[in-house]
Amino acid sequence: MTQQALYDHPGPRARRRNAMLTVVFGVGLVALLWFIYLRFDAKGNWEARKWSPFLEARVWTKFILPGLWATLSAAGLAMVLALAFGVVFAVGRLSERVWLSAVAGGVVEFFRAVPLLLTIFFLSYGFPYLIQQPVEPFWAVVIGLTLYNGSVLAEAFRAGVRAVPRGQSEAAYAIGMRKSQVMRHILVPQAARAMLPVIVSQLVVLLKDTALGYIVAYSELLQRGTELVANFGNIVQVAIVLAIIYIIINAALTLVAGRLDRWTQRRGMRGQAEPGGLGAASTMSQG
Amino acid sequence: MLVDVFTDPDNQALYVAGFRLILGLTGASAVLSLVFGVLLAAMRVSPVPVLRSFGTIWVNAFRNTPLTLVIFFCYFGLHVNLGLSLSDDLNRENFWLGVVGLSAYTAAFVCEAIRSGINTVPTGQAEAARAIGLTFGQTLWLIVLPQAARAVIAPLGSILIALTKNSTIVGTIGVLEAASVMKQALNDYGATAGIAIFVVFAGTFVLLLVPTGYLFGWLAKRLAVRR
Repeated sequence: MTQQALYDHPGPRARRRNAMLTVVFGVGLVALLWFIYLRFDAKGNWEARKWSPFLEARVWTKFILPGLWATLSAAGLAMVLALAFGVVFAVGRLSERVWLSAVAGGVVEFFRAVPLLLTIFFLSYGFPYLIQQPVEPFWAVVIGLTLYNGSVLAEAFRAGVRAVPRGQSEAAYAIGMRKSQVMRHILVPQAARAMLPVIVSQLVVLLKDTALGYIVAYSELLQRGTELVANFGNIVQVAIVLAIIYIIINAALTLVAGRLDRWTQRRGMRGQAEPGGLGAASTMSQG
Repeated sequence: MLVDVFTDPDNQALYVAGFRLILGLTGASAVLSLVFGVLLAAMRVSPVPVLRSFGTIWVNAFRNTPLTLVIFFCYFGLHVNLGLSLSDDLNRENFWLGVVGLSAYTAAFVCEAIRSGINTVPTGQAEAARAIGLTFGQTLWLIVLPQAARAVIAPLGSILIALTKNSTIVGTIGVLEAASVMKQALNDYGATAGIAIFVVFAGTFVLLLVPTGYLFGWLAKRLAVRR
């Protein structure tokens, strides 16, 4: 439904009511911001010495950029691995061999239900006893991210494959393709395109979750930020700058995805997936 | 010995306390984020531009910030710097700061789910409501939201499940929830019972969340608006 349907074109009374709401809410908001400003001021948060570190080249080259690189490299590797994991386990779960689909389904359901932090803790503090050597925080984060996001993506791909119209695979069988060919050349590409919005929002989740590396001492952006705090005692400022960096990166990722989505639609590359099949899947990545 | 880890009453008490905290954090945040999320959704579809932009900024800021950073800010920003105090007891204090962070974050997702639900309600419903003279608030509350709510039960279920898992992150500000308890247990007994400890804690989450997923799937089917 278009949002305009929710209210009439405002007449004099509605205009007055809207203006009043604007004023009341605006004044409340400004008062809240003013209160925060004063409290921060009382704690000296607007002092130049707490913000000026961000003007020093050293702070960026020694702390923020290496942290950003660590975040992006862990996220990049985990994204590739999670996409591969997702395709493999989606295909596995769709297999007609019962044992294969049962194992793939079990793995996917397990890692979807277990908090990522629990998996990362196990990889960091429990797994080293098994292999008799320490697990680097980088790998604990990357493997944890892969298992969790890969499982969510596997469900997205599976829903996508099931939403591809049956005629597609029937036509492929009719021209003599084998089952693996049908999956590889016909179903997975169309599923991937149909599920693009879900896939990208899951990749944003993945990127955000790299911040869990902070908890297991992987020196990503947040961890590096706390090192800055140790140097300058400016925790509020660091948190604000880091939040802005995360927001810019994730908003950019979402923007690119939107472009890509419209582009595939315009090129007609998207299968005519049934809306009912997509509805359930598009709800899966929720933070 | 492996069995001793699980039969020790102290360990059992820690395990139970850890999961009670998870359930407490989830329950309190679920209620608060539902209320605030609906409010944000109402703002985003309202005729008042200031409310609309506030909703948009909130949703985009919180959807794109890591929860770890949000929780971190709740402690160091809201508590240490702004002097927000929610309880005299230190443990309670951190618990409620965690609830604030989880709710602020989750409300952004609830808002977007509700808004997509509003989009599933046919235009004619709101037009008819306006035609009989209902105001924006009445149209939304009496006509559109009840129908939208029935369309978004499945997404809200996913958000609740994500919230339960996310509540483990509150451990970063010193709340001894299940993940922190598991970390402690791995440090103490990892050499002999590492896998068993992980299976017990992870298994508890699976037992809690997989049925929740099915329950919401069933509810969504049962309550779906037939069109």
